[in-house]
Amino acid sequence: MENNSRRGFMGKAFGAVAAVGAIGSLFAMKKSWDPLPSVRSAGFTTLDLSVYKENELITEKWRGKPIFVLKKTADMVASQTESQKARDIEVNGSHYMIAIGLCTHLGCIPAYNASNKGFLCACHGGQFDFAGDVTKVPPPRGFDIPPFKIEGNTLVLGEAGPEYTKMKESGVTL
Amino acid sequence: MKNKEPLILAVVVIFSLITYYLVEPYAHHVMHKHVESEHFAYADLPALAANGDATRGQDLVMGAGACTGCHSIEAAGMPAAMEPQDAAASYGVNPPDLSNVGVIFDERFLADLIKNPAHALKVEHKFTAESGKMHPMSAFAGAGGDIDQEVADMVAYLKSIAIKAEDVTPKIAYENACGRCHAMSYEKWTQIGEKPSFKDKKDALAFDIKVLQYEDSLKAYMGKLPPDLSMYIRSRGEHFVSTFIENPQAQLEGTAMPRVGVTAEMAEKVIEHMQDSGDTKRAERESIGMNVMIYIIIFAIFALLWKKQVWRDLH
Amino acid sequence: MAHFTKATSIKDWLNQRLAIETVERVMMSEYWIPKNINFLWAMGMVLVITFALLLVSGIFLLMYYQPHVDTAFYSVNYTIMREVDFGWLWRHVHGVAASVVFLIIYIHMFTGIYYGSYKKGREMIWVSGMLLFVAFSAEAFSGYMLPWGQMSYWAGMVITNLFSGGSLHADGLVEWIRGDYVPAQAFLTRFFMLHVLLIPLAIIGLIGLHFGALRIPHVNNQDGEEIDFDKEAKKYLAGDKAGSKVMRFANDFMSKDMMVVGIYLIFFFYLVFWNYGFAMDAVNFDPADGLKTPAHIYPEWYFLWSYEILRPFSVDIGLVAFGFAQVIFVLLPWLDRSPNTVPANRRGLFAIWFWVMLINLIVLTAMGKLPPEGMFSQIGFVSAIVFIVQWLMLPFITMFEKKV
Repeated sequence: MENNSRRGFMGKAFGAVAAVGAIGSLFAMKKSWDPLPSVRSAGFTTLDLSVYKENELITEKWRGKPIFVLKKTADMVASQTESQKARDIEVNGSHYMIAIGLCTHLGCIPAYNASNKGFLCACHGGQFDFAGDVTKVPPPRGFDIPPFKIEGNTLVLGEAGPEYTKMKESGVTL
Repeated sequence: MKNKEPLILAVVVIFSLITYYLVEPYAHHVMHKHVESEHFAYADLPALAANGDATRGQDLVMGAGACTGCHSIEAAGMPAAMEPQDAAASYGVNPPDLSNVGVIFDERFLADLIKNPAHALKVEHKFTAESGKMHPMSAFAGAGGDIDQEVADMVAYLKSIAIKAEDVTPKIAYENACGRCHAMSYEKWTQIGEKPSFKDKKDALAFDIKVLQYEDSLKAYMGKLPPDLSMYIRSRGEHFVSTFIENPQAQLEGTAMPRVGVTAEMAEKVIEHMQDSGDTKRAERESIGMNVMIYIIIFAIFALLWKKQVWRDLH
Repeated sequence: MAHFTKATSIKDWLNQRLAIETVERVMMSEYWIPKNINFLWAMGMVLVITFALLLVSGIFLLMYYQPHVDTAFYSVNYTIMREVDFGWLWRHVHGVAASVVFLIIYIHMFTGIYYGSYKKGREMIWVSGMLLFVAFSAEAFSGYMLPWGQMSYWAGMVITNLFSGGSLHADGLVEWIRGDYVPAQAFLTRFFMLHVLLIPLAIIGLIGLHFGALRIPHVNNQDGEEIDFDKEAKKYLAGDKAGSKVMRFANDFMSKDMMVVGIYLIFFFYLVFWNYGFAMDAVNFDPADGLKTPAHIYPEWYFLWSYEILRPFSVDIGLVAFGFAQVIFVLLPWLDRSPNTVPANRRGLFAIWFWVMLINLIVLTAMGKLPPEGMFSQIGFVSAIVFIVQWLMLPFITMFEKKV
């Protein structure tokens, strides 16, 4: 092109200014895709732990996901291995398995069998024990545990208390 | 070659502006009555006759004035005797709690309201002799002494128990001045109070039924259900809302809406609350607007410089 | 099959497959534009930019809008205006652009009329442009329904009633359009479909046609001068840029387009942030109520002139006049019998015709908004008559126009 350098420069400068505007509007577009404030504020669920019965799986809902709550029997508590104990949530002397009820393989919801005290995922045959540990592949790890905070005899899901932080730091959950 | 562009631009701008003027400011001027604000002076009401004595006022409010027969005063430890929907079934609208009326409403208005409710509220057209209807609040006929002194005492008492003006949030102002007739769903407000979040659907429906019962009574009392005010700041504009609160009859003759009687300061808070519901992004709009304008001006300057460079060779 | 060689660069690779250099030359650098034009010729680019703003803002509104009679108003006024980050900005941009686009369309249209840009081979530019006007009108109307406020509902009621044909009482047609006896769910959903899919597709197709129609007759110029584009282009390419009567579209004219766009956007964003009321009618912030008509009901400003042609007459004559007003502009290239392609100011009586037409349309616009009472309805009546008479006169005053 026979552009003199000055003319070429102004064209490029204008292009740069226009690009800044385009990036600015991309920022607004990105923000418009964010979860809405009402979605974020609905991200906390309080569970009243007094209502659960031993060895009966109850599925709660938190952030649209199923949450497994299993109150352990005395036998279960007594038989727990070290790795099972690491996942145990103790509130007011009772022991619970509380976890996101999605198979860590591809996200199906496993079913609980109260007689053999284990979970089976129908999609690809993954198995978990009553503490949420994986016992048969393909799932790569035990159930994920949601952020929780113990408040008296209730549990607030979505808030990270010290017990949860400990689990997270020790790698019990992702 | 003479440059005609300034002339052409002038023609385009002038015709556009004339059109704008005719369809916007001028047409609205013709279509809508213009009401000037009286700055909430309530000049039609007499000034308070005497210096009130809050102690005597308390006796009157609790005793001979018979206020507490219908009104609760939470601040004085007197909770409401009835649920709002039951109170509305009896009176048409839930009689307000008197804890903070002394700070929200103008003293002239309060004094006149005690003596002659329909007059202070400017709803005498609804309660004429022919209609046979009586305003649900009975007028205070005096407790045997100088009635103006007694009223002044009562107003003094109401002022003494109210919270300070600076502690009145826009929300409190709205709830006291408007909230018993007007819902504001975007702020979860119903005429019987803020709608809590219920875990159980049954509880939520039970609450809704109470609201509907209340609204039925209100509808019978007012002629129609007073509108939800969530978006009123945008559908009516600040000036209309302000002058309408000050004197509904001036904007809309014959309306069932009573004069609210708030002080100028409280009217501003009510409007602020309406903005918090219907125009929440006003501050963001302002600041982002400034940034966008600065950017666009830079954009235009660079476009102009580019054009000048490119066109240098063309002439 | 064409012969492909190993590419020397990404550009060369693309060029072998997509002929990007040819495309660039044909569409940009060797698309020749006369030099003798003014900023009004940039209105096309201003419209493209405005349409792009409408498209982008519309996409973001579409992500949260709910086309249901129970939730539409809430999704617009609560979700979009309060919850979505920058949702208010998309809505304000969309609303203001939808209004301003008509201002630019009218400027663009009257530029064409003034300079005779619909004559001698440019008829299809005019016709496709008028089809775009119709499509934009339909797009504006269908979009106006979506917030489901009072003005949406009552505009929907009134405009669909036009199709009853007055004394013909074609109520079946009206119900067919609405899918209900009144504007309701079926109506809202189908107008939603029209607004976000069918009409935008039509608009994009028509924009293609409009640009294509420009290609062979070339862009007109300020004096209606017939330019030998091939000769002038050769002169330009030979280096005599100053002497040639033409210039490249890109970057020569594009730089001016961008300058005008820059100035336009200052005006546009001022409206978006500080003066949006004219484009976002206050009454539409009241939710739709089928049992209560607003005290004053009027269309958006860009429809007012044709609304006013409907209003002063009895129902049947009004509808005929309204129909006349809708189609008559399309016929301009054939109603104008003059052989001259020159600016209106050199065309004698036509110059008067032009300015009277423009001023009369503004009068009609103003009267269309004002309440139809007293003097306003008389002025409106006279203006409507003047409008019709002007069009009936046009063939005669142009037939005897002297050749310039």
